[in-house]
Amino acid sequence: MDTGKLTTGRKILWAVVSVLVAVYALFPVVWIISLSLKSPSDVGNQQFWPTAVSWENYELIFTGQASELFVPALINSIGICLIATAIAVVLATLTAYAVSRLDFPGKKFILTMALGVSIFPVISIVTPLFNLWSRIGLYDTWLGLIIPYLSLTLPISIWTLAAFFRQIPWELEQAAQVDGATSWQAFRKVIVPLASPGVFTTAIIAFFIAWNDFLYGISLTSTSAARPVPAALSFFTGASQFEEPAGAIAAAAIVVTIPVVVLVLLFQRQIVAGLTSGAVKG
Amino acid sequence: MSTTTKPAPGARTSDRARDETRMGWLLSGPAVLVLLAVTAYPILQAFYQSLFNYRLTDPDARYFNWGYNYVVVLGDPQWWQTLGFTLLVTVFTVAIELVLGFALALVMLNAVRTVRPWLRTVILIPYGIITVVSAFSWKYAFDLGTGFVGAWTGNPGFDWFGDFWTAFLVISAAEIWKTTPFISLLLLAGLAQIPGDMLEAAKVDGATWWQRMTKVILPNMTASIMVALLFRTLDAFRIFDSVFVMTSGAQGTATVSFLAYAQTISQLQVGLGSAVSVLLFACVALICFIFIKLFRVDLSRARGE
Repeated sequence: MDTGKLTTGRKILWAVVSVLVAVYALFPVVWIISLSLKSPSDVGNQQFWPTAVSWENYELIFTGQASELFVPALINSIGICLIATAIAVVLATLTAYAVSRLDFPGKKFILTMALGVSIFPVISIVTPLFNLWSRIGLYDTWLGLIIPYLSLTLPISIWTLAAFFRQIPWELEQAAQVDGATSWQAFRKVIVPLASPGVFTTAIIAFFIAWNDFLYGISLTSTSAARPVPAALSFFTGASQFEEPAGAIAAAAIVVTIPVVVLVLLFQRQIVAGLTSGAVKG
Repeated sequence: MSTTTKPAPGARTSDRARDETRMGWLLSGPAVLVLLAVTAYPILQAFYQSLFNYRLTDPDARYFNWGYNYVVVLGDPQWWQTLGFTLLVTVFTVAIELVLGFALALVMLNAVRTVRPWLRTVILIPYGIITVVSAFSWKYAFDLGTGFVGAWTGNPGFDWFGDFWTAFLVISAAEIWKTTPFISLLLLAGLAQIPGDMLEAAKVDGATWWQRMTKVILPNMTASIMVALLFRTLDAFRIFDSVFVMTSGAQGTATVSFLAYAQTISQLQVGLGSAVSVLLFACVALICFIFIKLFRVDLSRARGE
């Protein structure tokens, strides 16, 4: 902001502010990492750091007795969220193209409806589905979660993509055709490269939202046949009945958090653009 | 909306317009159908179910009870207590998030070039954390068995989740931590749109920092503040994950979403649970209506137009 050179005072001020922000953002994350590295006897030590770093909790969730709970849940989460994201992005791409490119009655309605769906309380969808799914056999299946997940992933995809597509200079397509490209070439060589970053960013944001779900996960599943990780976490038990499962939960939490944080860090610029241009939901 | 193809003038206009309408709906149709199927249908079904005395464990005893479920729910002090707590959490967290988020946005906007990208990276981390994971982290930090907060505050025997107000504070802290970065990014986008020369002019004219803030910056970003406020309010009002993980509704910390869940999924009282769900939906619609009518939130801004 200020173009003048930095005085020592301002340097110190910014250092302090940056450290404060970093502590704010990282403290709970560092804490859960620390907790995941505590051995079972250490979990209750009431200290922030472990007395000795132990990988026991990670062994417990990948090969130990918690693995029956965790590994299928991880596979469920990845599979269900990827499918729900893919369907949403394909449908949203068609819709966003129509909304940003064509002029037709009802397109305001479509956008407003997407907005309306995204503020819809999940529990109001869960109650009827719980009953219906048990009757038609979709309870505790992948499909039984993919369908309601679309209520999370589709609206945000429509918005984010509509916002991205509005910024595309569509005239370039005609320009390419004037220059002798066939319409397929114009689409393939001009529009796809312009549109794909938006589609990709949208997919990441939609995936996060599905990955974050908890309520559908605990309500519409009952076994490891379809239960996703956030829901499975609350079913963890300690090595014995009286032991806190905190260490195993923390380790599982870290495993599901790392890929998302890596994605966020790699694509932060695009994600921020996507979140603030079209979408307004966390 | 400048990129929209304008229909050509003349006799072919109507043909062209009809073509575009058909194409538009053909492309949007599948998404619209899916959206209707996953929301309109369930809420109608929930409303229908809410009119029956219906317990899943005893389906034969199901009968239409003329909306008596609503009388039961609205006549139960537990509903009002739950609604009160949900409103308390909503107002408290959103208010703090707004102030904190605005401060963070100002920090990011004014940060020197060397720290700016770094700050944004750090700020995005809480956004990437799953709500349930954040809830577990905060829970274990304060928990009697695993927490360090007791030892750090010199009160290791204090049960933070054993009392309404302390449980409320921890739940709110977890929510605020997780969602403030998001709100600050929205506000930053609003801040960045304020023309720099406008601020420069105010500065030249001798406006103090406070005057620039209240007379130039805030009035110019009411729209983005209101949109952020609307969406965070609706989101906060539906709070479920943190409550489930931290207290399971103990000490009067059940929220409306949690109550609906407990009724339907835990107790299999489908009729009563559906009634709570429908009432929650009505509350969300009401909040939305109040924002749009009273505060004149322009939704086209939210749509990114």
